[in-house]
Amino acid sequence: MVAASYKEDLAAEPASTAGAALDIEHVSHAFDLDGSVLSVLDQVSLNVKPGEFVALLGPSGCGKSTLLRLIAGLEPPSRGVLKEDGRAITGPHPSRVVVFQDPTLFPWRTVWNNVALGPEAQGNLKEQRSRVDDAINLVGLSQFAKAYPHQLSGGMAQRVALARALVNDPSILILDEPLGKLDSLTRLTMQSELVSLWRSKGFTAILVTHDVEEAVFLANRVVIFSDRPARIKADFQVDLPYPRHRGDPRLAELRRASLSHLGLDASW
Amino acid sequence: MSTQSVIGAERDAPGLAAAAPAARPSLDPGLLYAAAGWLAAGTITLFWPNTKEFAHTSDFGVGQWLFAALLVVGYLFSGRLGAVSRWLANNALRLLALAALLTIWQLASAKLGYWPQPYFPPPQGVLDAYVKDYPRLLDSIRASLVLLVAGVALGSFAGFLTGLSTGWSPKVGYWTIPVLRLFGPVPATSLIPIVVFVFPSSFSGGIFLVALAAWFPVAILTWSGVSSVDNSYYDVARTLGARQRFLLLKIAVPASLPHLFVGLFMALGSAISVLVVAEMMGVKAGLGYYLDWAQGWAAYGHLYGALIIMSVLFSSLITLLFRVRDRVLVGRKGEVQW
Repeated sequence: MVAASYKEDLAAEPASTAGAALDIEHVSHAFDLDGSVLSVLDQVSLNVKPGEFVALLGPSGCGKSTLLRLIAGLEPPSRGVLKEDGRAITGPHPSRVVVFQDPTLFPWRTVWNNVALGPEAQGNLKEQRSRVDDAINLVGLSQFAKAYPHQLSGGMAQRVALARALVNDPSILILDEPLGKLDSLTRLTMQSELVSLWRSKGFTAILVTHDVEEAVFLANRVVIFSDRPARIKADFQVDLPYPRHRGDPRLAELRRASLSHLGLDASW
Repeated sequence: MSTQSVIGAERDAPGLAAAAPAARPSLDPGLLYAAAGWLAAGTITLFWPNTKEFAHTSDFGVGQWLFAALLVVGYLFSGRLGAVSRWLANNALRLLALAALLTIWQLASAKLGYWPQPYFPPPQGVLDAYVKDYPRLLDSIRASLVLLVAGVALGSFAGFLTGLSTGWSPKVGYWTIPVLRLFGPVPATSLIPIVVFVFPSSFSGGIFLVALAAWFPVAILTWSGVSSVDNSYYDVARTLGARQRFLLLKIAVPASLPHLFVGLFMALGSAISVLVVAEMMGVKAGLGYYLDWAQGWAAYGHLYGALIIMSVLFSSLITLLFRVRDRVLVGRKGEVQW
């Protein structure tokens, strides 16, 4: 489904790691809600190796998305430090791009102009016009470059959001339930596309998801959070080569193990 | 991926759907009814004797006949005159109703004398005013347009800047919000007694009043537009490397444009009413002044003539604004509905 151009590369080794290391050190975070303090993250520490694909799993509202906002630099943590390749994260930077659950495309911009937003904001659109074309190509939407967001389906809009992130060549791609609102067939297609993109580009991927199957199918490491305030409950490797098969008995095993950490293994 | 179906869904868009029925080749009898109506109206105008002398009665009747003939031509060429045919087919029944209304007016004023004269002259009385007084009317249109366009442009620009800075910066808002709250609702016309002695000329005073009337709605709507921009737009842009300037000019401004156009629409409405009052009360030019003058000289044909010109002129301005909006907000059909 994604343009064939990069599928050929898949046989080759994953690209040399363009990804960055991410170190989360004793991070706690709390919100002030009308005077009462709501603690959402409690002493979270996590070291992500360059090029790793980490899935963050946890109950709804446990603070995973807050952690992503901290990684993106959209908010400073109440306590603790986050570091990208050893440098403390103090604000947003195009090397760490977020793809949100809603595509959040700008309705007044065409697909092309949405994807071009990063280079435009950074002031180097002139040199990067072909990169914008490439990114749109990569997600298979070159025919829709001039379309407006309201003309796109949910899956297409999320691909545009992905292209808009990838055009910046991020070293850490932050995915906040990016497939959460898609229908199940589109979702399966886009899961495979995400893996392909990650394998060809080599960025570090941090994925928040509610979907246990998605987590074990995509990631090579799964981190499970407790209820709010979020603490790390489990952290394990998914030692399966790519491309993976959904029917793999090892995946079913890992899935059951993850569900038991979440206290949901009764139905299995 | 359901690529085809999504793009196919676009065909449901009203603009495209409306084009389809126009190709229908069958003749629409609606235009014939309208032509018959105008023929009858012209006949009544020409052959029913007036209760008193009115200039241009026969000219007006012949004009109605000519229009009937044009409608017959339109009927014969149905569907072959492009946009004209479409407009005629759409408005045939309205044209019939217009003929009926003109005839009622004609009968009540000139033919039966129900309506007292000279207050309610027949339609040919208006025609008479146009024929005799068109240079002055054109001059009044020009004067009104200059005042309106200058005032609305200045007021909207100031209102846009006020609303934008109020919505963007809490520090500015601290000062501008009380001003908007307190002085915004004061009708611009209530300042006329002050404007009269503060401004050096009635022209500059008129511009100030029109601008003030336009300023308030544009400021309020732009403010609400800027403050209702979804925060996730800013988050996305910030992670992509956008700085404050970019967020303001490339996110906040375009995101609030739909609100701005609602504000401009309201501004135009209140600016027009202030314009007419200002022209009646001090500015010695323009359509409002013309109305005042016509009333003073009991030239009622001129009065109605000016009113008709005002309705056509101002509704054209609003249509123009809507056209501009559709141009500017292209691609946002899903978002804007009014």
